[in-house]
Amino acid sequence: MSGVDYLAPASVADAVSALRASAGSARLMAGGTDLLVQMRGGRAKPQVVIDLKRIPGLVGIRCEGGGFVIGGATSGAALGEHVALKAAWPGVIEAANLIGSTQVQGRASLGGNLCNASPAADSVPALIAAGAVCIIEGPAGVRAVQVEKVQAGPGKTTLAADEILVAFRLPARPARSSDAYLRLIPRTEMDIAVVGVGVSLTLDAGGVCNAARVSLGAVAPTCLLVEAAGAALVGTTLDDAALAKMEAAVSEACRPISDKRGTAEYRTKVACVLARRAALIAKDRANA
Amino acid sequence: MSRMVVNATVNGEPVEFLAGGGQSLLDALRDELRLTGSKEGCGTGDCGACSVIVDGRLVCACLMLAPEAEGTRIETIEGLADNGHLHPLQHQFLEQAALQCGFCTPGLLMASKALLDRNPDPTETEVRYWLAGNMCRCTGYDKVVRAVMDAAADLRQAEKPR
Repeated sequence: MSGVDYLAPASVADAVSALRASAGSARLMAGGTDLLVQMRGGRAKPQVVIDLKRIPGLVGIRCEGGGFVIGGATSGAALGEHVALKAAWPGVIEAANLIGSTQVQGRASLGGNLCNASPAADSVPALIAAGAVCIIEGPAGVRAVQVEKVQAGPGKTTLAADEILVAFRLPARPARSSDAYLRLIPRTEMDIAVVGVGVSLTLDAGGVCNAARVSLGAVAPTCLLVEAAGAALVGTTLDDAALAKMEAAVSEACRPISDKRGTAEYRTKVACVLARRAALIAKDRANA
Repeated sequence: MSRMVVNATVNGEPVEFLAGGGQSLLDALRDELRLTGSKEGCGTGDCGACSVIVDGRLVCACLMLAPEAEGTRIETIEGLADNGHLHPLQHQFLEQAALQCGFCTPGLLMASKALLDRNPDPTETEVRYWLAGNMCRCTGYDKVVRAVMDAAADLRQAEKPR
Protein backbone atom coordinates (compact mmCIF):
# COMPACT_ATOMS: atom_id res chain seq x y z
CA MET A 1 0.00 0.00 0.00
CA SER A 2 2.90 2.33 -0.72
CA GLY A 3 2.52 5.25 -3.09
CA VAL A 4 -0.83 6.22 -1.64
CA ASP A 5 -1.62 9.79 -0.68
CA TYR A 6 -3.79 10.35 2.37
CA LEU A 7 -6.14 13.33 2.53
CA ALA A 8 -8.33 14.33 5.44
CA PRO A 9 -10.48 17.21 4.17
CA ALA A 10 -12.29 19.39 6.69
CA SER A 11 -15.44 19.90 4.61
CA VAL A 12 -17.65 17.96 2.22
CA ALA A 13 -16.90 20.55 -0.47
CA ASP A 14 -13.16 19.92 -0.11
CA ALA A 15 -13.74 16.17 -0.23
CA VAL A 16 -15.83 16.52 -3.40
CA SER A 17 -13.10 18.68 -4.97
CA ALA A 18 -10.47 16.09 -4.08
CA LEU A 19 -12.65 13.35 -5.58
CA ARG A 20 -13.06 15.31 -8.81
CA ALA A 21 -9.37 16.18 -8.97
CA SER A 22 -8.41 12.52 -8.60
CA ALA A 23 -10.29 11.57 -11.77
CA GLY A 24 -11.29 8.18 -10.44
CA SER A 25 -8.04 7.28 -8.69
CA ALA A 26 -9.30 8.11 -5.19
CA ARG A 27 -11.31 6.10 -2.72
CA LEU A 28 -13.37 7.52 0.11
CA MET A 29 -12.71 6.04 3.53
CA ALA A 30 -15.03 5.98 6.52
CA GLY A 31 -13.94 3.29 9.01
CA GLY A 32 -11.71 1.62 6.44
CA THR A 33 -12.54 -1.91 7.58
CA ASP A 34 -13.41 -2.97 4.03
CA LEU A 35 -11.23 -0.55 2.04
CA LEU A 36 -7.94 -1.29 3.79
CA VAL A 37 -8.51 -5.04 3.42
CA GLN A 38 -9.22 -4.55 -0.29
CA MET A 39 -6.11 -2.39 -0.70
CA ARG A 40 -3.96 -4.94 1.05
CA GLY A 41 -5.34 -7.74 -1.09
CA GLY A 42 -4.76 -5.71 -4.27
CA ARG A 43 -8.46 -5.54 -5.13
CA ALA A 44 -8.51 -1.77 -4.63
CA LYS A 45 -5.55 0.26 -5.85
CA PRO A 46 -6.36 3.90 -5.10
CA GLN A 47 -3.68 6.56 -5.49
CA VAL A 48 -5.49 8.74 -2.99
CA VAL A 49 -7.43 7.83 0.14
CA ILE A 50 -9.86 10.51 1.27
CA ASP A 51 -10.64 10.12 4.97
CA LEU A 52 -14.12 11.46 5.73
CA LYS A 53 -13.92 11.34 9.51
CA ARG A 54 -12.49 14.84 9.99
CA ILE A 55 -15.49 16.44 8.28
CA PRO A 56 -17.96 17.91 10.79
CA GLY A 57 -21.22 15.94 10.73
CA LEU A 58 -19.73 12.79 9.22
CA VAL A 59 -19.21 11.37 12.70
CA GLY A 60 -21.89 11.70 15.32
CA ILE A 61 -25.59 11.28 16.01
CA ARG A 62 -28.10 14.06 16.49
CA CYS A 63 -31.82 14.12 17.17
CA GLU A 64 -33.79 16.10 14.61
CA GLY A 65 -37.54 16.46 14.19
CA GLY A 66 -38.23 13.47 16.42
CA GLY A 67 -35.92 11.29 14.33
CA PHE A 68 -32.17 10.90 14.11
CA VAL A 69 -29.43 12.05 11.77
CA ILE A 70 -26.45 9.70 11.83
CA GLY A 71 -23.14 10.75 10.30
CA GLY A 72 -22.17 8.30 7.59
CA ALA A 73 -18.79 7.53 9.17
CA THR A 74 -20.04 7.08 12.76
CA SER A 75 -18.64 3.88 14.25
CA GLY A 76 -20.79 0.92 15.23
CA ALA A 77 -19.51 1.23 18.78
CA ALA A 78 -20.80 4.82 18.97
CA LEU A 79 -24.18 3.75 17.58
CA GLY A 80 -24.48 1.01 20.19
CA GLU A 81 -23.75 3.44 23.01
CA HIS A 82 -26.49 5.92 21.98
CA VAL A 83 -29.31 5.04 24.37
CA ALA A 84 -32.14 6.94 22.64
CA LEU A 85 -31.19 5.71 19.18
CA LYS A 86 -31.01 2.13 20.38
CA ALA A 87 -34.39 2.45 22.09
CA ALA A 88 -36.07 3.85 18.97
CA TRP A 89 -34.34 1.61 16.40
CA PRO A 90 -33.18 -1.58 18.13
CA GLY A 91 -33.15 -3.47 14.83
CA VAL A 92 -30.88 -0.99 13.08
CA ILE A 93 -28.48 -0.99 16.01
CA GLU A 94 -28.40 -4.77 16.45
CA ALA A 95 -27.67 -5.09 12.73
CA ALA A 96 -24.88 -2.53 12.82
CA ASN A 97 -23.40 -4.11 15.93
CA LEU A 98 -23.31 -7.59 14.34
CA ILE A 99 -20.63 -6.47 11.91
CA GLY A 100 -17.23 -7.93 12.77
CA SER A 101 -15.48 -7.92 16.10
CA THR A 102 -15.24 -5.38 18.92
CA GLN A 103 -12.18 -3.99 17.11
CA VAL A 104 -14.09 -3.67 13.82
CA GLN A 105 -16.98 -2.02 15.69
CA GLY A 106 -14.55 0.67 16.80
CA ARG A 107 -14.26 1.74 13.13
CA ALA A 108 -16.94 0.23 10.89
CA SER A 109 -19.75 2.59 9.83
CA LEU A 110 -23.21 2.53 8.27
CA GLY A 111 -22.00 4.64 5.33
CA GLY A 112 -19.13 2.30 4.64
CA ASN A 113 -21.31 -0.76 4.99
CA LEU A 114 -23.81 0.61 2.46
CA CYS A 115 -21.28 1.97 -0.05
CA ASN A 116 -19.12 -1.17 0.07
CA ALA A 117 -22.28 -2.57 -1.52
CA SER A 118 -22.05 -6.16 -0.36
CA PRO A 119 -25.38 -7.95 -0.79
CA ALA A 120 -24.66 -9.50 2.63
CA ALA A 121 -24.08 -6.16 4.41
CA ASP A 122 -25.74 -6.55 7.81
CA SER A 123 -26.86 -2.99 8.45
CA VAL A 124 -28.43 -2.44 5.04
CA PRO A 125 -31.60 -4.59 5.33
CA ALA A 126 -32.24 -3.04 8.73
CA LEU A 127 -31.83 0.49 7.32
CA ILE A 128 -34.07 -0.33 4.36
CA ALA A 129 -36.74 -1.77 6.65
CA ALA A 130 -36.45 1.35 8.79
CA GLY A 131 -37.16 3.57 5.82
CA ALA A 132 -33.84 5.33 6.31
CA VAL A 133 -32.87 8.06 3.86
CA CYS A 134 -29.32 8.84 2.71
CA ILE A 135 -28.13 12.43 2.49
CA ILE A 136 -25.81 12.53 -0.51
CA GLU A 137 -23.72 15.53 -1.44
CA GLY A 138 -21.98 16.27 -4.73
CA PRO A 139 -20.98 19.17 -6.94
CA ALA A 140 -24.63 19.79 -7.84
CA GLY A 141 -25.70 20.02 -4.22
CA VAL A 142 -27.48 17.80 -1.74
CA ARG A 143 -30.01 15.07 -2.52
CA ALA A 144 -31.93 12.60 -0.39
CA VAL A 145 -32.26 8.98 -1.50
CA GLN A 146 -33.94 5.96 0.07
CA VAL A 147 -31.33 3.43 1.22
CA GLU A 148 -32.81 0.73 -1.04
CA LYS A 149 -31.90 2.86 -4.07
CA VAL A 150 -28.17 2.98 -3.30
CA GLN A 151 -26.85 -0.52 -3.95
CA ALA A 152 -26.60 -1.30 -7.68
CA GLY A 153 -24.94 -4.72 -7.47
CA PRO A 154 -22.04 -6.34 -5.64
CA GLY A 155 -19.47 -3.56 -5.05
CA LYS A 156 -21.48 -1.01 -7.04
CA THR A 157 -23.62 1.92 -5.97
CA THR A 158 -25.84 4.44 -7.73
CA LEU A 159 -23.77 7.33 -6.36
CA ALA A 160 -21.98 9.39 -9.00
CA ALA A 161 -18.17 9.26 -8.93
CA ASP A 162 -18.03 12.68 -7.26
CA GLU A 163 -20.80 12.19 -4.71
CA ILE A 164 -20.40 11.47 -1.02
CA LEU A 165 -22.83 9.81 1.36
CA VAL A 166 -22.83 12.26 4.22
CA ALA A 167 -25.47 10.99 6.64
CA PHE A 168 -28.53 8.84 7.23
CA ARG A 169 -31.87 10.16 8.39
CA LEU A 170 -34.08 7.89 10.45
CA PRO A 171 -37.67 9.13 10.66
CA ALA A 172 -39.61 9.95 13.80
CA ARG A 173 -41.26 6.87 15.26
CA PRO A 174 -45.03 6.61 15.81
CA ALA A 175 -46.10 4.97 19.09
CA ARG A 176 -46.05 1.13 19.12
CA SER A 177 -43.35 0.92 16.47
CA SER A 178 -40.23 -1.21 16.48
CA ASP A 179 -37.85 -3.17 14.34
CA ALA A 180 -35.62 -6.24 14.38
CA TYR A 181 -32.76 -7.71 12.37
CA LEU A 182 -31.78 -11.37 12.27
CA ARG A 183 -29.06 -13.04 10.30
CA LEU A 184 -27.89 -16.60 9.90
CA ILE A 185 -24.21 -17.45 10.09
CA PRO A 186 -22.75 -20.90 10.82
CA ARG A 187 -21.16 -19.61 14.06
CA THR A 188 -22.09 -17.00 16.65
CA GLU A 189 -19.71 -14.14 15.75
CA MET A 190 -17.37 -12.80 13.11
CA ASP A 191 -18.89 -14.11 9.90
CA ILE A 192 -20.73 -12.95 6.80
CA ALA A 193 -24.49 -13.36 6.63
CA VAL A 194 -25.85 -16.40 4.77
CA VAL A 195 -29.16 -14.56 4.97
CA GLY A 196 -30.14 -11.36 6.78
CA VAL A 197 -33.65 -10.03 7.36
CA GLY A 198 -34.81 -6.66 8.68
CA VAL A 199 -38.41 -5.97 9.67
CA SER A 200 -39.84 -2.67 10.89
CA LEU A 201 -43.50 -2.23 11.81
CA THR A 202 -46.08 -0.13 13.61
CA LEU A 203 -49.12 -1.42 15.49
CA ASP A 204 -52.31 0.49 16.26
CA ALA A 205 -53.86 0.68 19.73
CA GLY A 206 -55.68 -2.60 19.10
CA GLY A 207 -52.47 -4.41 18.15
CA VAL A 208 -53.22 -4.41 14.43
CA CYS A 209 -50.24 -3.71 12.20
CA ASN A 210 -50.75 -0.54 10.14
CA ALA A 211 -47.29 -0.23 8.56
CA ALA A 212 -44.56 -2.77 7.85
CA ARG A 213 -41.41 -3.00 5.80
CA VAL A 214 -39.40 -6.17 5.20
CA SER A 215 -35.91 -6.22 3.70
CA LEU A 216 -33.65 -9.13 2.80
CA GLY A 217 -29.87 -9.42 2.59
CA ALA A 218 -27.65 -12.01 0.86
CA VAL A 219 -30.42 -13.46 -1.30
CA ALA A 220 -29.90 -11.26 -4.39
CA PRO A 221 -27.18 -9.06 -5.92
CA THR A 222 -28.37 -6.21 -3.69
CA CYS A 223 -30.28 -6.01 -0.43
CA LEU A 224 -33.98 -6.02 -1.28
CA LEU A 225 -37.03 -4.15 -0.08
CA VAL A 226 -39.88 -6.68 -0.35
CA GLU A 227 -42.96 -4.50 -0.41
CA ALA A 228 -45.36 -7.44 -0.77
CA ALA A 229 -43.95 -9.00 2.40
CA GLY A 230 -44.61 -5.84 4.38
CA ALA A 231 -48.07 -5.49 2.82
CA ALA A 232 -48.91 -9.05 3.94
CA LEU A 233 -48.57 -7.94 7.56
CA VAL A 234 -50.58 -4.71 7.31
CA GLY A 235 -54.13 -5.02 8.63
CA THR A 236 -53.29 -8.15 10.63
CA THR A 237 -52.16 -9.02 14.16
CA LEU A 238 -49.32 -11.05 12.62
CA ASP A 239 -51.36 -14.22 12.93
CA ASP A 240 -50.20 -17.42 11.24
CA ALA A 241 -52.06 -16.72 8.02
CA ALA A 242 -50.45 -13.28 7.68
CA LEU A 243 -47.00 -14.65 8.47
CA ALA A 244 -47.46 -17.41 5.90
CA LYS A 245 -48.44 -14.81 3.32
CA MET A 246 -45.37 -12.77 4.22
CA GLU A 247 -43.17 -15.86 3.88
CA ALA A 248 -44.61 -16.52 0.43
CA ALA A 249 -43.73 -12.97 -0.62
CA VAL A 250 -40.23 -13.35 0.80
CA SER A 251 -39.73 -16.65 -0.98
CA GLU A 252 -40.93 -15.09 -4.22
CA ALA A 253 -38.45 -12.21 -3.91
CA CYS A 254 -35.38 -14.35 -3.20
CA ARG A 255 -33.01 -14.98 -6.08
CA PRO A 256 -29.88 -16.13 -4.31
CA ILE A 257 -26.75 -17.79 -5.59
CA SER A 258 -25.54 -21.15 -4.32
CA ASP A 259 -22.08 -20.93 -2.82
CA LYS A 260 -20.00 -22.33 0.03
CA ARG A 261 -22.18 -20.52 2.54
CA GLY A 262 -25.41 -22.16 1.39
CA THR A 263 -27.47 -23.30 -1.55
CA ALA A 264 -30.10 -21.12 -3.15
CA GLU A 265 -32.85 -23.39 -1.77
CA TYR A 266 -31.42 -23.22 1.75
CA ARG A 267 -31.06 -19.44 1.62
CA THR A 268 -34.63 -19.05 0.44
CA LYS A 269 -35.97 -21.28 3.20
CA VAL A 270 -33.89 -19.50 5.84
CA ALA A 271 -35.06 -16.08 4.60
CA CYS A 272 -38.66 -17.14 5.27
CA VAL A 273 -37.86 -18.47 8.74
CA LEU A 274 -35.87 -15.39 9.72
CA ALA A 275 -38.51 -13.01 8.34
CA ARG A 276 -41.15 -14.70 10.50
CA ARG A 277 -38.99 -14.57 13.60
CA ALA A 278 -37.89 -10.96 12.98
CA ALA A 279 -41.49 -9.85 12.45
CA LEU A 280 -42.54 -11.45 15.74
CA ILE A 281 -39.60 -9.87 17.61
CA ALA A 282 -40.45 -6.45 16.15
CA LYS A 283 -44.08 -6.98 17.19
CA ASP A 284 -43.08 -7.90 20.76
CA ARG A 285 -40.83 -4.84 20.94
CA ALA A 286 -43.59 -2.60 19.58
CA ASN A 287 -45.93 -3.90 22.29
CA ALA A 288 -43.39 -3.49 25.05
CA MET B 1 4.35 9.26 -2.62
CA SER B 2 4.35 11.85 0.09
CA ARG B 3 5.23 11.07 3.65
CA MET B 4 3.48 13.09 6.30
CA VAL B 5 4.44 14.18 9.77
CA VAL B 6 2.11 12.67 12.36
CA ASN B 7 1.87 13.89 15.93
CA ALA B 8 0.16 11.67 18.48
CA THR B 9 0.35 10.56 22.09
CA VAL B 10 1.50 6.99 22.55
CA ASN B 11 1.30 5.51 26.04
CA GLY B 12 1.18 9.00 27.50
CA GLU B 13 4.23 10.28 25.62
CA PRO B 14 4.00 12.76 22.75
CA VAL B 15 5.52 11.28 19.61
CA GLU B 16 6.22 12.58 16.13
CA PHE B 17 6.87 10.29 13.20
CA LEU B 18 6.80 10.18 9.41
CA ALA B 19 4.11 8.04 7.83
CA GLY B 20 3.34 7.01 4.29
CA GLY B 21 -0.21 7.74 3.15
CA GLY B 22 -1.01 4.05 2.78
CA GLN B 23 0.98 2.86 5.76
CA SER B 24 -0.97 1.11 8.48
CA LEU B 25 -0.84 2.33 12.06
CA LEU B 26 0.55 -1.11 12.91
CA ASP B 27 3.50 -0.68 10.55
CA ALA B 28 4.13 2.81 11.90
CA LEU B 29 4.09 1.58 15.50
CA ARG B 30 6.44 -1.28 14.71
CA ASP B 31 8.74 0.23 12.09
CA GLU B 32 8.80 3.95 12.86
CA LEU B 33 8.30 3.93 16.64
CA ARG B 34 9.93 0.51 17.23
CA LEU B 35 7.01 -0.59 19.39
CA THR B 36 7.00 -4.21 18.28
CA GLY B 37 4.67 -5.54 20.96
CA SER B 38 1.63 -5.20 18.67
CA LYS B 39 1.77 -8.13 16.26
CA GLU B 40 0.65 -8.65 12.70
CA GLY B 41 -1.26 -11.91 12.42
CA CYS B 42 -3.59 -11.58 9.44
CA GLY B 43 -3.38 -7.93 8.38
CA THR B 44 -7.09 -7.98 7.60
CA GLY B 45 -8.73 -7.34 10.95
CA ASP B 46 -9.65 -10.94 11.64
CA CYS B 47 -7.18 -12.02 14.31
CA GLY B 48 -6.86 -9.09 16.72
CA ALA B 49 -3.12 -9.56 17.36
CA CYS B 50 -2.56 -5.87 16.54
CA SER B 51 -5.27 -4.58 18.91
CA VAL B 52 -4.55 -1.14 20.33
CA ILE B 53 -6.74 1.49 21.97
CA VAL B 54 -7.14 4.78 20.08
CA ASP B 55 -8.96 7.59 21.88
CA GLY B 56 -10.55 5.00 24.13
CA ARG B 57 -11.72 2.74 21.29
CA LEU B 58 -10.34 -0.73 20.69
CA VAL B 59 -9.22 -1.04 17.06
CA CYS B 60 -7.03 -3.24 14.90
CA ALA B 61 -3.90 -1.20 14.14
CA CYS B 62 -3.68 -3.02 10.79
CA LEU B 63 -7.07 -1.55 9.79
CA MET B 64 -6.16 2.05 10.48
CA LEU B 65 -3.87 4.25 8.41
CA ALA B 66 -0.95 5.81 10.24
CA PRO B 67 -1.83 9.41 9.18
CA GLU B 68 -5.22 8.93 10.82
CA ALA B 69 -3.41 8.85 14.14
CA GLU B 70 -2.78 12.64 13.97
CA GLY B 71 -3.86 14.15 17.27
CA THR B 72 -5.01 10.86 18.80
CA ARG B 73 -4.16 9.18 22.07
CA ILE B 74 -2.91 5.65 21.50
CA GLU B 75 -2.44 2.90 24.08
CA THR B 76 -0.33 -0.12 23.19
CA ILE B 77 0.86 -3.17 25.09
CA GLU B 78 4.13 -1.37 25.88
CA GLY B 79 2.19 1.00 28.15
CA LEU B 80 0.18 -1.62 30.04
CA ALA B 81 2.65 -2.30 32.83
CA ASP B 82 3.18 0.62 35.20
CA ASN B 83 6.87 1.30 35.73
CA GLY B 84 7.76 -2.38 35.67
CA HIS B 85 4.73 -3.38 37.72
CA LEU B 86 2.56 -5.75 35.72
CA HIS B 87 -1.07 -4.83 35.15
CA PRO B 88 -3.48 -7.22 36.93
CA LEU B 89 -4.40 -8.62 33.50
CA GLN B 90 -0.77 -9.45 32.77
CA HIS B 91 -0.38 -10.94 36.22
CA GLN B 92 -3.43 -13.18 35.81
CA PHE B 93 -2.43 -14.25 32.29
CA LEU B 94 0.85 -15.50 33.79
CA GLU B 95 -0.79 -17.04 36.88
CA GLN B 96 -3.33 -18.94 34.82
CA ALA B 97 -1.01 -19.80 31.94
CA ALA B 98 -3.37 -18.01 29.57
CA LEU B 99 -0.75 -18.03 26.85
CA GLN B 100 1.48 -20.53 25.15
CA CYS B 101 3.28 -19.12 22.13
CA GLY B 102 2.31 -15.61 23.19
CA PHE B 103 1.76 -14.13 19.72
CA CYS B 104 -1.88 -13.23 20.38
CA THR B 105 -1.23 -12.12 23.96
CA PRO B 106 -0.55 -8.39 23.42
CA GLY B 107 -3.78 -8.12 21.44
CA LEU B 108 -5.76 -10.11 23.98
CA LEU B 109 -4.42 -7.99 26.82
CA MET B 110 -5.27 -4.70 25.11
CA ALA B 111 -8.73 -5.96 24.14
CA SER B 112 -9.30 -7.14 27.72
CA LYS B 113 -8.11 -3.80 29.07
CA ALA B 114 -10.54 -1.96 26.79
CA LEU B 115 -13.34 -4.17 28.16
CA LEU B 116 -12.45 -3.67 31.81
CA ASP B 117 -12.00 0.09 31.28
CA ARG B 118 -15.70 0.33 30.43
CA ASN B 119 -17.13 -2.70 32.22
CA PRO B 120 -15.32 -3.58 35.45
CA ASP B 121 -17.64 -6.51 36.21
CA PRO B 122 -18.30 -8.39 32.96
CA THR B 123 -20.04 -11.75 32.81
CA GLU B 124 -18.20 -14.66 31.24
CA THR B 125 -20.49 -14.35 28.21
CA GLU B 126 -19.62 -10.67 27.85
CA VAL B 127 -15.91 -11.50 28.01
CA ARG B 128 -16.27 -14.20 25.36
CA TYR B 129 -18.20 -11.96 22.96
CA TRP B 130 -15.90 -9.00 23.53
CA LEU B 131 -12.84 -11.15 22.74
CA ALA B 132 -14.40 -12.86 19.71
CA GLY B 133 -12.10 -10.83 17.45
CA ASN B 134 -8.93 -12.11 19.12
CA MET B 135 -7.76 -15.44 17.77
CA CYS B 136 -5.60 -17.74 19.87
CA ARG B 137 -4.50 -21.00 18.32
CA CYS B 138 -2.89 -22.40 21.50
CA THR B 139 -4.97 -22.01 24.62
CA GLY B 140 -8.50 -22.83 23.61
CA TYR B 141 -9.58 -19.55 25.29
CA ASP B 142 -10.77 -20.98 28.62
CA LYS B 143 -7.67 -19.91 30.48
CA VAL B 144 -7.81 -16.50 28.80
CA VAL B 145 -11.41 -15.98 29.89
CA ARG B 146 -10.65 -17.11 33.44
CA ALA B 147 -7.66 -14.79 33.61
CA VAL B 148 -9.78 -11.83 32.48
CA MET B 149 -12.53 -12.63 34.99
CA ASP B 150 -10.00 -12.91 37.83
CA ALA B 151 -8.16 -9.76 36.77
CA ALA B 152 -11.50 -7.94 36.78
CA ALA B 153 -12.09 -9.16 40.34
CA ASP B 154 -8.55 -8.06 41.32
CA LEU B 155 -9.16 -4.60 39.88
CA ARG B 156 -12.52 -4.27 41.64
CA GLN B 157 -10.88 -5.30 44.90
CA ALA B 158 -8.13 -2.72 44.41
CA GLU B 159 -10.73 -0.01 43.76
CA LYS B 160 -12.65 -0.70 46.99
CA PRO B 161 -12.25 1.92 49.67
CA ARG B 162 -10.43 0.38 52.60
